[in-house]
Amino acid sequence: MTVPVLSLRNLTVEIPSRHGVVRPVDSLSYDIGNGEILGVVGESGAGKSMAGSAIIGLLNPPAHIAGGEIWLNGTRIDTMGREQMRRIRGKEIGMVFQDPLTSLNPLLTIGDQLVETMLTHLPISRSQAQHRAIDALKEVGIPGAKERIDSYPHEFSGGMRQRVVIALALCAEPSLVIADEPTTALDVSVQAQIIALLKRLCRERGTTIMLITHDMGVIAEAADRVAVMYAGRLAELGPVRDVLTQPQHHYTHGLMASTPLAAQGQKRLHQIPGSMPRLDRMPEGCAFHPRCPNAKEKCRHETKPSMEGGRAACWYPVSAEAVA
Amino acid sequence: MSTYVTVKGLTRVFDVSKPWLNRVLEGRKKALLTAVSKVDFQIEEQMTYALVGESGSGKSTIGRMLVGLLQPTEGDVEIGGVNLTRETDPDRIASVRSNIQMIFQDPYASLNPRWRIRDIIAEPVASKGGDTKGLAERLLEQVGLHPSDAGKYPHEFSGGQRQRICIARALASEPRLIVCDEPTSALDVSVQAQVLNLMSDLKDKFGLTYLLITHDLTVVRHMADRIGVLYLGRLMEEADPKTLFEMPKHPYTQMLLDAAPHLDGFGREVPPPQGEIPDPLNPPPGCAFHPRCPIATDICRQQRPEMRPLGNGLVACHHAQ
Repeated sequence: MTVPVLSLRNLTVEIPSRHGVVRPVDSLSYDIGNGEILGVVGESGAGKSMAGSAIIGLLNPPAHIAGGEIWLNGTRIDTMGREQMRRIRGKEIGMVFQDPLTSLNPLLTIGDQLVETMLTHLPISRSQAQHRAIDALKEVGIPGAKERIDSYPHEFSGGMRQRVVIALALCAEPSLVIADEPTTALDVSVQAQIIALLKRLCRERGTTIMLITHDMGVIAEAADRVAVMYAGRLAELGPVRDVLTQPQHHYTHGLMASTPLAAQGQKRLHQIPGSMPRLDRMPEGCAFHPRCPNAKEKCRHETKPSMEGGRAACWYPVSAEAVA
Repeated sequence: MSTYVTVKGLTRVFDVSKPWLNRVLEGRKKALLTAVSKVDFQIEEQMTYALVGESGSGKSTIGRMLVGLLQPTEGDVEIGGVNLTRETDPDRIASVRSNIQMIFQDPYASLNPRWRIRDIIAEPVASKGGDTKGLAERLLEQVGLHPSDAGKYPHEFSGGQRQRICIARALASEPRLIVCDEPTSALDVSVQAQVLNLMSDLKDKFGLTYLLITHDLTVVRHMADRIGVLYLGRLMEEADPKTLFEMPKHPYTQMLLDAAPHLDGFGREVPPPQGEIPDPLNPPPGCAFHPRCPIATDICRQQRPEMRPLGNGLVACHHAQ
């Protein structure tokens, strides 16, 4: 088997607080293969962005990696020093964040930002970098790239800015791109453009993408596999079609049923009772058991350690008949 | 069913010019932004009318004009038989206004952090000198919270719970019309389902009329009885959800529905929509959608299409069939 591009092994992030240590990410394990798009979904507070920050080594103290391993192309990166990590960010891992305006420097032209990134990471001259910057902008579909290269971020619309951010993330040809809610701030029609762009670039270059979002529709259309997170833990992991149409974890099942799309014709939407537990008041056993319609005694005391014998971290997974 | 809200030729222009001195020194003209342009629609009693559109399409501006937070530049808003833009009798205006409430998008920003929940919920009644004894507790129960929550402060609640508090506050003055501006956009899917169900239940229970403003097509399809699609401040198409989602007539509606992600669209490859919303300071002549429209012809570039009946709905397009 080939080495996965990214491999998480029991990744745990802890934040010490006045009320004890909380774990926004708890024993997270998954692999992302070459050229694959892994969708990471979950509601706010599920730890999906925190896991992304942990991978690129940008956790805000006092949050820190308390256990587990992160492997990138066969190299362990969670133990690396600051300077080494700085070289990996941008070179090996590209990043696209939710808000394109805050991820660009408002005082530099987009050309300067692209050239600077390439000069930092690639052994090329300034004029070569200039040429490649124009090519990069053309590739992400910015009209009049040659003229627009001297524009400042505020001169672009939201969708165009996100294209610039994608060009920046890809200009050093990283093997992995972490896209954290890349389309949440954008309109539907622009979102479709950005998703199509990410998919195309990924296919052409064989880049691996970790797509973090809360939008099930985006996941369905873009991802190959999906990881569903709940309260910092992995609830379900599998091929996108299987997970979305035949969810095994009761949380995934409830989540899918509560989207208005799934309720066509019905007057009421399916409701998951309650809300996600607070991190400092995590229930014992399965984190979902207080809201689970099928919780049994075992769920209250024991966490299912891994995904063995199924996709879901659930002792009593939703059976195929129950869904149908 | 009688018509409760009638909006006719509603237009709102914002002056976004630079200050006077800059204009003189830099030789610039006044910049006028038409956020809403000649919008007509009616809302039947106890129905949910939804306005959908992308950012900058003027949907929130229309909502604000309806509740009276903004004055229309032109056009009329008639609610419950009173023309709010023409009426001069303050008592009649006040009596209509007390029948209208609003729910905002961000439940974090729309609750005063220094007020107790009891005071927040009772305020619409208290400001008119009504009896507020036990009111907050009763309403909290109706929106699915505990009566004892009335003594707490907003920061003690999650986003979904706060939106319930906003709904309780909107219900306090026993309104007939509630304008909901993106009520669930800030909420997670499972919480959104709870809030949408609550809104449907309350509508049936109290006979409410909703104006639902949102960009989320899935929410609209689930909630609305009638949908108006806005683009650049103009109404493009109006129909019931079934007609609109299954047989959209206007090319913009078709583009919007195609672009929205589908839950069953595994690996779907569709050519994404071309172009972006034009600059509202300098809108294209004729039909606002013509620069992006696949079926645009000369007439679209010159003449703005009027809303005309087509099938079960209304459409503002020269070529729609």
